[in-house]
Amino acid sequence: MNHLHKIERNNFMSSLNTLPKVVIPDAPTAVKNLLSIRKVAKTFGTNVVLRDISLEIAQGEFLTILGESGSGKTTLLRIIAGFETAASGELWMSGERLDQQPPYRRKVNTVFQSYALFPHLTVEENVAYGLRVSKRPDAEVKQRVADALDKVKMSAHAKKKPSKISGGQQQRVALARALVNRPQLLLLDEPLSALDANLRRQMQVELKSLQREVGIAFVFVTHDQEEAMVMSDRIALLRSGDLEQIASPRDIYNRPATAYVAQFIGHTNLLKGEVRQGVAHCGPLSWKTNLADGPTLFSLRPEHLHSSTGTPGAVRVRSKVLTQAFHGATDLIRVECADGLVLTLRAASGGIKEENLELEFLPADAIPVRESPERS
Amino acid sequence: MFSRAYRTIVTVPPLMWVAVFLLVPYALMFCYSFWSVSAAQAIVHSWNLSNYQELLEKPVYWQTLLRSMWIAARVMLFSLLLGYPLAYFLSFYAGKRKDLLYQMVIIPLWVSYLVRAYAWKTILGSDGVLNTLLQYVHLTSRPLNFLLYSPFAVVLTLTHIYTPFTILPIYASLEHIPRNLVEASHDLGASPAQTFWKVIFPLSIPGVVAGATFAFVLSLGDFLAPLLLGGPSGIMISNIVVSLFGAAYNWPLGAAISLGMLIIVISLLFISERLERKWSYS
Repeated sequence: MNHLHKIERNNFMSSLNTLPKVVIPDAPTAVKNLLSIRKVAKTFGTNVVLRDISLEIAQGEFLTILGESGSGKTTLLRIIAGFETAASGELWMSGERLDQQPPYRRKVNTVFQSYALFPHLTVEENVAYGLRVSKRPDAEVKQRVADALDKVKMSAHAKKKPSKISGGQQQRVALARALVNRPQLLLLDEPLSALDANLRRQMQVELKSLQREVGIAFVFVTHDQEEAMVMSDRIALLRSGDLEQIASPRDIYNRPATAYVAQFIGHTNLLKGEVRQGVAHCGPLSWKTNLADGPTLFSLRPEHLHSSTGTPGAVRVRSKVLTQAFHGATDLIRVECADGLVLTLRAASGGIKEENLELEFLPADAIPVRESPERS
Repeated sequence: MFSRAYRTIVTVPPLMWVAVFLLVPYALMFCYSFWSVSAAQAIVHSWNLSNYQELLEKPVYWQTLLRSMWIAARVMLFSLLLGYPLAYFLSFYAGKRKDLLYQMVIIPLWVSYLVRAYAWKTILGSDGVLNTLLQYVHLTSRPLNFLLYSPFAVVLTLTHIYTPFTILPIYASLEHIPRNLVEASHDLGASPAQTFWKVIFPLSIPGVVAGATFAFVLSLGDFLAPLLLGGPSGIMISNIVVSLFGAAYNWPLGAAISLGMLIIVISLLFISERLERKWSYS
């Protein structure tokens, strides 16, 4: 796992093509729905934060809500937890209406962005909090707290106050405090954002394997698309309160539904083209397609553009190299074709010496995407 | 960082203030407390412990001191009982009206202490607002005379005057509680009542201690409320000090009582400081 993880972090985009089956599992099939979000909307004053969001969360699933700041992702999480009320729409969990219950009756636990550990209680007392307030027998509380602390490797710090442990340790305690209650659903609000990069990558792996082990559904909020790709079974991408796409990491990368999704997840070339009588035209490029006539946007990933090797059926175009940027295992190279069309392609590091290139790509790799309407 | 001249200009005035108005008077008081008064009403500068001996031997002094502490303790209790819910409401539920309500807590502090004490005299007197009302609605047939000139009147007035001093530190400590702790508590299944007792109240203890200290210490040293509203049964220790420095012309004994009170107050402040530190986490 560690070894694979290293590959992902150095260049997870290219690893998608070489190691996809190992790195990112597909959404589990034939599982029961746990949480149903139905047409949930939220406004703050005149500001629309969420617009009729509907999505289903399966049992044991790792679902990531991904979006930029202001996309409404945290608000959606807070609506599930019960800290905010939706303006309209419903939440259903295991056949019960969830949104009419106060937060303390919901069988949902949250790991807060800043952990929100109780400063006056020890690590142990923090973890025991949920069991204590629900009046579990003392022996059971002790046993479960000890197990939970053991699971997150914090047993040695049980008697310390939160202010005496590091950020990463606080993060583990917050996780143990939530998991000890055995919720059906765990909500995580950017729990890794306060950690430094190395610890963050380590925690991504630990969190994911912990989630598999406990089998609890996780709804994980992040603005980091790489984190979302590495950890999730499915990603729900929000943009200004709209659900742009919900799909497995591979599908969302390989089959982006909108121009916004294609650009937000990884790099892409957005080609403004037009389909006329079964042929797509875009500047100097044209290829056969079975799309309907009309203006169409295509997303072409940089790694699908190569210098020409004469592949049958490929679209070819002559270009001039503008800039090369070193990205570790690969370089991103900007080239200019005829009619001022600028493309980006990915090539093995230091691989391209020529000034003029003939490029090719397969028509199947030019994915038609919907235009994302501009919203403030 | 700052020039020597600048630092001197900035630090000397406050130091002078403290020296002239605090250290010198206390030093004088300290000296006086070991002197005595001759039969001819002159201060005799002979050092002895007779004033302290008198304090311990004559029950009137320590009984009045105990009564003063009992009054101060009641004022403290009632100010907390009134002030805490108000501060809690202000901090957690006042919403947009928060600033306005906060100002309304502050505004009474602008009204002269004397005016507020006299107001209670008007309300509690035998021809006062309260007695007139009680007779008007036929709850009583003649004026209740325990209302004014009693420890009750003193406690009531001091509670009214010092409650803002308890509200402010409690409010400040409640404002410092991160709201996500309250959310975390609810999230973990704690009801609003459990959340209050297990999270909010423990984290507000520094404010409660500070507020309680204000109410107790300020009430303990008060002499105007007992003078105006206390009557003979509501006399407090400061009234004795005032009369010893005035009519009785026994400055040495007055100074001895003052120093005794100073020691009590300093010990209280010390304990309260320790308690506040024990319960603060920021």
